[in-house]
Amino acid sequence: MEFSENKSIYLQICDAICEKILSGDLLPESRIPSVREYGAEIGVNPNTVMRSYERLTNDGVIYNRRGIGYFISTEARNIVLKNQRKEFLENELPAIRRKMELLGIRLEDIL
Amino acid sequence: MIQIKDLGFSYGGFPVLKNITMNLEEGRIYGLLGENGVGKTTLLTLISGLKKPLTGSIDTDGHNPYEREPSFLSDQYYLSDEVAAVNMKAIDYAVNYGRFWENFDLAKFNEVMQILENDPQKKMTTMSFGQLKKTYIAFALACNTKYLFMDEPTNGLDIPSKAQFRKAVMKYTREDSVILISTHQVRDLENIIDPIIILDRQEVLLNAGIAEISEKLYFDYSNEVNQSALYREMVPGGNIQVSLNQTSEESKVNLEALFNTVYQHKELIKEIFNK
Repeated sequence: MEFSENKSIYLQICDAICEKILSGDLLPESRIPSVREYGAEIGVNPNTVMRSYERLTNDGVIYNRRGIGYFISTEARNIVLKNQRKEFLENELPAIRRKMELLGIRLEDIL
Repeated sequence: MIQIKDLGFSYGGFPVLKNITMNLEEGRIYGLLGENGVGKTTLLTLISGLKKPLTGSIDTDGHNPYEREPSFLSDQYYLSDEVAAVNMKAIDYAVNYGRFWENFDLAKFNEVMQILENDPQKKMTTMSFGQLKKTYIAFALACNTKYLFMDEPTNGLDIPSKAQFRKAVMKYTREDSVILISTHQVRDLENIIDPIIILDRQEVLLNAGIAEISEKLYFDYSNEVNQSALYREMVPGGNIQVSLNQTSEESKVNLEALFNTVYQHKELIKEIFNK
């Protein structure tokens, strides 16, 4: 997995999983790899992957079946959509707007 | 858990380690960083029981490593930076010496050799330095020990092997193991080592997990110059700046920048991480 420079690795792992949920690569009730399996696969310390899984669990995106593993929750897609829309409107869009103003690009130019 | 207390060591009259106090916990892959000559290798050999502490103590789950009880030694492995070319095929070496380690797994040895694209039928005396290193890495992982210490393991590895090494360390070690890896090649091991230990001449400057580091320090990769940054380094596309983290936002820890920040602000770093 290629990581970008400025976001903490555990959040980048969350993003990668969320993206797969949105794209439909990960479906509700499907099992995701264990912390160690996934860590080995992407070359990241299991403790970091654990933090990502904890965060996704808190968000309700995945859940843990004790002794079996982690699964995508039925509501995952809706939760991810809601969170990422909020993130886009609050953080990404203002940055795009600033850049457009700087470059003198009007909304009509791109639509 | 390995508990190191007030550990000191010197070569002749030349002190190398003085006040080393730290704990190494199970299930972690510690990265040991430090400038040349601060005593990283000495520390590893002390923890492995190859040297006797001058002062202080090392307690490895109730054992003193220097007593070198066979049952205890069969559950630890020390991979030295300098590896010996034995006049044997790699596979014969594994079969012959593996028996000293209680949980040695020959299948695992062959698997790791294959992953690292190293031929087990090759004589070790005819191997290149990198091939020899791979053989010993495969052996170290096959020993399946609870305690695993590696001194500069990625030294001499070719580019594809470095990624394979990272994966193998996570795939083939025990979940309850205490792993300590010393390195200068922080990029080879980035995302693998956590917690990070930074050693200075004679003392521990930092022993903290990545989560704690990114909670306390902020790594900024933008173009805007931050006047209050503790450390700044120009990189293509801007700066890496390290400052105290004033927000709850977590950034990606850059190990080289972290190392330089810690060395330039020793007292401050000790203060904020000992809180």
